[in-house]
This record gives sequence, C-alpha cells and structure tokens, in this order.
Amino acid sequence: MSKRVLIADDEPNIVTPLEFLMEQAGLEVRVARNGHEVLELAAAFQPDLILLDVMMPGLNGYEVCQRLKSDPTLRQVRVLMLSAKGRDVEVAKGLELGADAYITKPFSTRELVSKVRELLGP
Amino acid sequence: MSPGKDLLITALRPPLIALAVVLAVAGITWADLAPAERATVVKVLTVPRLALIGLLTISALALLGLHLHRVASATRKPALRIAEAIGLIVSGNPAHRVTPQGTPELRAIAEATNELAALRARLLADAQVSIAEAKARIEEEKNRFAALVSELDQSVLVCNRDGRILLYNAAVSALLVSSSQPDGMPALGLGRSVFGLIDRSLILHAVEAIETRRVRGEHESAHFVTASADGRLLRVQVAPVFAGGSDPSAVSGKVTSAARAMTGFVLLLADVTETIESDARSVALFQDLVEATRAAIASIRVAIEALIEHPDVDVPRRDRFTSIVQDEAVRLSAHLDRLSADVSERLRRRWPLEEMRGVDLLSLVSRRIERRNGVTPRMESIDSNLWLRVDSFTLAQALSSLAGRLRAEFSVREVRFRLHAGGAHAQLDVAWTGVPMSSETAFTWQNDAFTLGGEDSPLSLAQVMERHGGEAWYQRDAPSQTNYFRLLLPLASEHAASRVRQWRPSRPEFYDFDLFHHSNATDALDARRLSELSYTVFDTETTGLDPVNGDEIISIGATRIVNGRLLQAETFESLVDPHRAISRASIEVHGITPDLLVGQPTIGQVLPRFWRFAEDTVLVGHNAAFDMRFLQLKEADTGVKFQQPVLDTLLLAAVVHPSEESQALEAVAGRLGIPVIGRHTALGDALATAEVFLRLVPLLAARGIQTLGQARAASEKTFFARLKY
Repeated sequence: MSKRVLIADDEPNIVTPLEFLMEQAGLEVRVARNGHEVLELAAAFQPDLILLDVMMPGLNGYEVCQRLKSDPTLRQVRVLMLSAKGRDVEVAKGLELGADAYITKPFSTRELVSKVRELLGP
Repeated sequence: MSPGKDLLITALRPPLIALAVVLAVAGITWADLAPAERATVVKVLTVPRLALIGLLTISALALLGLHLHRVASATRKPALRIAEAIGLIVSGNPAHRVTPQGTPELRAIAEATNELAALRARLLADAQVSIAEAKARIEEEKNRFAALVSELDQSVLVCNRDGRILLYNAAVSALLVSSSQPDGMPALGLGRSVFGLIDRSLILHAVEAIETRRVRGEHESAHFVTASADGRLLRVQVAPVFAGGSDPSAVSGKVTSAARAMTGFVLLLADVTETIESDARSVALFQDLVEATRAAIASIRVAIEALIEHPDVDVPRRDRFTSIVQDEAVRLSAHLDRLSADVSERLRRRWPLEEMRGVDLLSLVSRRIERRNGVTPRMESIDSNLWLRVDSFTLAQALSSLAGRLRAEFSVREVRFRLHAGGAHAQLDVAWTGVPMSSETAFTWQNDAFTLGGEDSPLSLAQVMERHGGEAWYQRDAPSQTNYFRLLLPLASEHAASRVRQWRPSRPEFYDFDLFHHSNATDALDARRLSELSYTVFDTETTGLDPVNGDEIISIGATRIVNGRLLQAETFESLVDPHRAISRASIEVHGITPDLLVGQPTIGQVLPRFWRFAEDTVLVGHNAAFDMRFLQLKEADTGVKFQQPVLDTLLLAAVVHPSEESQALEAVAGRLGIPVIGRHTALGDALATAEVFLRLVPLLAARGIQTLGQARAASEKTFFARLKY
C-alpha cells in the first residue's frame, strides 16, 4: 500500500505541481486549502506525512502543527513545514511546535522529494 | 609694653629725674656731714620748719600732678582717637581719615596712618574694579551661552546633581509641554525637578552608567529611549557636567577624570517617534518583499522542475505548469513595482531637505554661476516671502551646470530668475533669450549627469527634481524669444517661516546657573536664606469674603521667584467655576461675572494643578491667611494639602514699616515704588505681590531678618498677625 501525503497550502500555483510531483513519486495525495481543512483531512484521510505551509487563512501552519502534535490519534503523522518565512526564529518556532522538518521556500524539488522519502521511511 | 604705658613714662621722665637729683644731693650732703653738723641739722629741723618742708613737698607734688595731667591730656586723647580712627577705617569706612592733633610725634603718626589708609583705599578700589570686570565677563559668557542654547533646534535641558532644572530652551518646551501631564499643566520650569518630566530611575541609571564608564576612562555619556505622557518616543542623551571644567589636566586621563566631581548633567532630547515608526515600516516592508519573493519563486521553481524532471508530462499539465511560471513571474514584477515605488518615496522623504528662503537660495546660486560659469544672473521677478524645502547644495550644482551648458552650447551670457508660488509648489524659472532648444536636447540635458568643471556628479537635473518631489521642463515664449526651464519645488511648511520672525523676549528666564550651587535636600527650610529660596507667589479671587459660609475661589493666579528673580514666563492662571452665585460687591472688585465662569474647570480640577505648580516652593501671598483659609477648606474635598511654609507680604511690610497705617497691597507697592498694573486679576495681583516681596527681602535683611525662620518669627510678632480669620 502506498504512503499517503497531505499537501496543505492555499496557493494553487504551488499545490498543482507539488501534487503532480508527489504522485510521480508514487504517493497517494490529498490537498487542503486552509488550516481547518488540514485538521479534518488529517483525521479522515489518515496521511503519513503533511506538507504544511505556514501562511494559510484560518489557522496558520504553526497552530495546525501544535494541534496535530497534541492530539494522541494524530501525533504520529510526520509534518514537513514549507514556508516563505525563513528567519532563524521562524524555523526554530516551527521545529519547537513539533514539525519534523522545516524547508524554506523556494526549494529544490529533488531535495524535497528525498526529504519526503526520508521522513516516510522504508 | 603697651603704647599707653610707654607714653606715661615719657611724660613722667623730667620731673622724676629732678626729684631724683634733689634726693641724691640731699643724701650725699647728709652722708658728708660730721656727727656734730648732723646734730645741728636735726636741731634746725624743728617742727615748724618740718611743716614748711612738708608744705613745700606737697606743693611740689601737686605741681607734679598737674604736669602729669597736662602731659596725659596732650597725648592720650589724640592717641586714642588715632586708634579709633584706624578701627573705623579697617572695619567700616575706608574713606575715613585721622585729624592730626597733639604732639608732633602724634601728628606724624596720624599723617602716616592717613597715607596708609589712602593706599589701602586705592588697592580696594582696584580690586573692586577687577572683580566687577571678571563678573561682567562671566555674565556675558553665560548670556552668550544661554542665547546659543535657546536658539538651538535641539532640545536641551541642563540640571544640577539633584535633577533641578537650571536651563531649558524653547525646543524643550515645545517638545515636553504638549506631552506633559494629561491636564496640560507644564511641569517644566527653572528650579523644578526634571524627574517630574522624565522617569527618575531612567536618568539615575544613565548617570550610574556614566560614572562606571568614567572610572574606566571611557566615553562619558549615555542615552535611553522613553515614552512621553502622550505616547511619543523620546530619545534622551545624558552628558555629565563636571566641576572645575577649566582645569586642563582634567580634560584627559582617567585618573583626573574620575577625580572630578559631577555637578550636574545635560539632557539632549529628540522626538524619535517618526524615525522609529519609519524604521519599523522599513523592516516590515523588507520582510514583505522577502516573503512574497520566496513564495513566488517557490511556485516557479516547483513548476519548472516538475517539467524538467518529467518531460513526458501530458499536455494539459504542461500548459498548466507553464502558465504557473508566467503567472507568478507577472505577480512578482507587480509586487516589486509597488514596493520600489514605496521605497523610493520613503528615500525621497528622508533626503535632507532644508527649509530656506527662496531669495537666499537664488543669491547662492547667482554667486555660483557668476563665478564658475561666467554667466550674469539677474533677478527678474521674485516673491521674497517664499520659503522652500530644498537640498540647496545639489540644486545649486544642477542650476550651475545648466548655466554652464547654456553658455557653452548656446552662447548665453545672461540668465534671469523668476520665483513665484504656483499652487502647492514654488515655480522657479531659469530664463534666457535666444534660439529655441529642441525637445530632444532639453530632455537630454535634464537626464545627463552634471559635469561641473572638474567635479563629476552622479546626479542629473531630473534626479535632483525627483528627490525634491518636483518636476522640471523646458518651455518657450516665442513672441519674446524667451526660453526657460521651469522647476517645481516644494514649499516649506507655514511654521518654518513664522519660526524665524518670532523672537522671544523672555529668553533669559530660561536659565539660572546659580542653582548649580544649591543642594536642595537636607537643610531645614527655616535655616535657608530668603534670597536663595524658590517661591510661588499667588493670589485668588473669590465669590465673597466668607469661606466658612460657602464663598468659593473663582480664580487663581501665580508666578514664581527663583534665586531672587521673578520668572514672568512661568505663570499659573485659571478661572474656576464655583457652582454658586457671586456677590455683587466682589464682582465690582474683580469684574468676573458669572457667565465667564460657566464651563470653566472646577476647584477639584484646578487645585491639583496649582499644587503641582507650587510643589517644592514657599508660598507667598498678600494677606495670605485669607487665601490659605480658602485652600484649607478644600483639603477634605480635593485631597490636596498645601503643607509648605507660607509668607505674607502684608505682615512682612508691617515688619519693615510698622508705623504705616495701610498695609494694603496698593499702599505697600506705592511705598516701595512699584507701579501696579492689572490689579484685581489674580495673576496681576500675584505679580505685584511678587515685586513687593522682592523689594522687601533686602529691607528685611537690613533689620537682621535673613532666613525664612526669622521672617516667619518676625511676621508672627506684628500686630496684624494677631487678627485671625
């Protein structure tokens, strides 16, 4: 059974090619457009990994991450934060709130894919 | 040996010698006699003869006594007079002289004394002149310094070690008065505590930091940012003032530096609200730029890399990814355009434009083009009232370069200036007569960087105009063959023009360096001299004369005396709504009708303000007991207690002129030669009372009343003090 990835971003211009890349990498993909949708899909779709944007309408990525990690049924989901916020304090905040990795936009897609594989494990 | 004894012996010497000779002759003769002869002599000396001898001896002694008396009166009295005269010369009147009297020796002494006294008088006079000159020099320097500080745009406050304000300039009042207490009461004033304006702990911390650095021999100033009462941000720089600054060894070296005593500090204040807000906006702008760019490039990169990694992607996806790239690139461009417009607008505003009279700018430009470009400038029509906001240096460069090029390429020998207001801008025309210029040339000239002799500038006229937020263009008036470049330049704000015209006659009252020598703290006020205390001289107007039965204050006026100077610029004046009727009799006195008081603050609002104004000073009033009664009856309602000592000029006038019938303010002022203007307004009476008080202080001192305690004791003893309200 293929692993599941949830892409959480409100920006269709990045969601579309990301979705394509993840499918090409053999993953099952769903997309969430805002923070609340992420939490709903996290419970319904049961992803193994969430690609989480920080700047989203409604709940932002930090809050979503915090809620996921404090929910016993969801805390095992891997979270990879993708953000245009690249200051060291912002990276530190993301990791402190429970993200498993933090990648600053823009990024190399090849690196992203290998990071995703690394987080998903064998 | 005392001079008196000496004199007595000199006077007695001749008769004593005579007596001694007589006794010696008698003795020798007696010794020389044979026993028989001695018996004869004894026989001869019968009782009657002995009586005769005794009588003669007594007469001789009487004569001797008379002689002695004459000698004494001829020498002792003049000698004592000389001694008294010397005493007078030394302690009281250096111009006093001895009248030569008595013996020639005494006359000689008297004359020598007079010479000595004359010499001393000359030396004293010389010393007085030197002291007066030195004082005048110091006074002049102080005034020059104060004048300099008062004209600075920078806000300057000088305080002594206790935080008492010794000097402040107009810029400080502009900065702090609006931002002081919520009720608008300025706590800025000479002799007041700076801690009422700026948090004590911040200043003390800065002073401590300075002390620490001094010990290490480092830079001796500190700064902090604090918020004013109305929420503006003030940057405060603290620099220490040391005693004995003229000691050259104290200028450098940490040992001497640490040894100097800090006698006060200078505070330089700046309103940095806008700077800080602007910096914060710049940071936010930058942040925004970074994040938007990252997000856009992230989308572009993912789309492009997806296409590259998967060249076999289906056509709809390919089209979708390509359009993402284009879409994001367009969005990014638009974002950058918006941002750069914003940034350049901010840069333009930050460009150091100075406010300058248009005429002054043109005369500067004229001198430059005449000297450097050999072009004759002429003022054709100039509005001399216009004030501009310009960078005069680059603007002069631009115009000079323009004139140089006109001369080189169009052989122009004369340019004419015209300056007028045109809407929100000033129109500056640089005109010349001659052949028309093509629009291409005009455009090139505006956009070429200046070349000024050897100087190369990176700027063009267009850029200079952009910095001014202005515009420039070429125009031609064909009938008159006049060509001109018209420059639109920003006008200065209204207040810049008015600031220069407005002079402050009250300037000298902004400083008082004698406060440097004061230490407020511990000495009991009663022991302090009247001449060195700070006073609030006040007066009230009331609805009537009976506070106990409900009469109320309707006006309070006050002024301050610091170091013997009446500070006309620091006054307090407020009407008070008494919420009751005013008696007809009192309206006739003060002329305040009820309609004037409607909507004025209540006594509960005014008294706390007045209390702040009078804080740390001795209260002075004419018939102060009357006013104090009104204040005391309000203590319970307002919670404001006036606990400082009170002096009453009515009682003090009675101390000085006890036999005068009237001690009313007008009568006292008249006696002391003070014209009373604006009487029966609270402030007018307070000012008159202050003048009276200042004249009374030296008169009291002449009666041995020098301290506050003595003045209060003397007041209590006067007849008037026994009348109770």
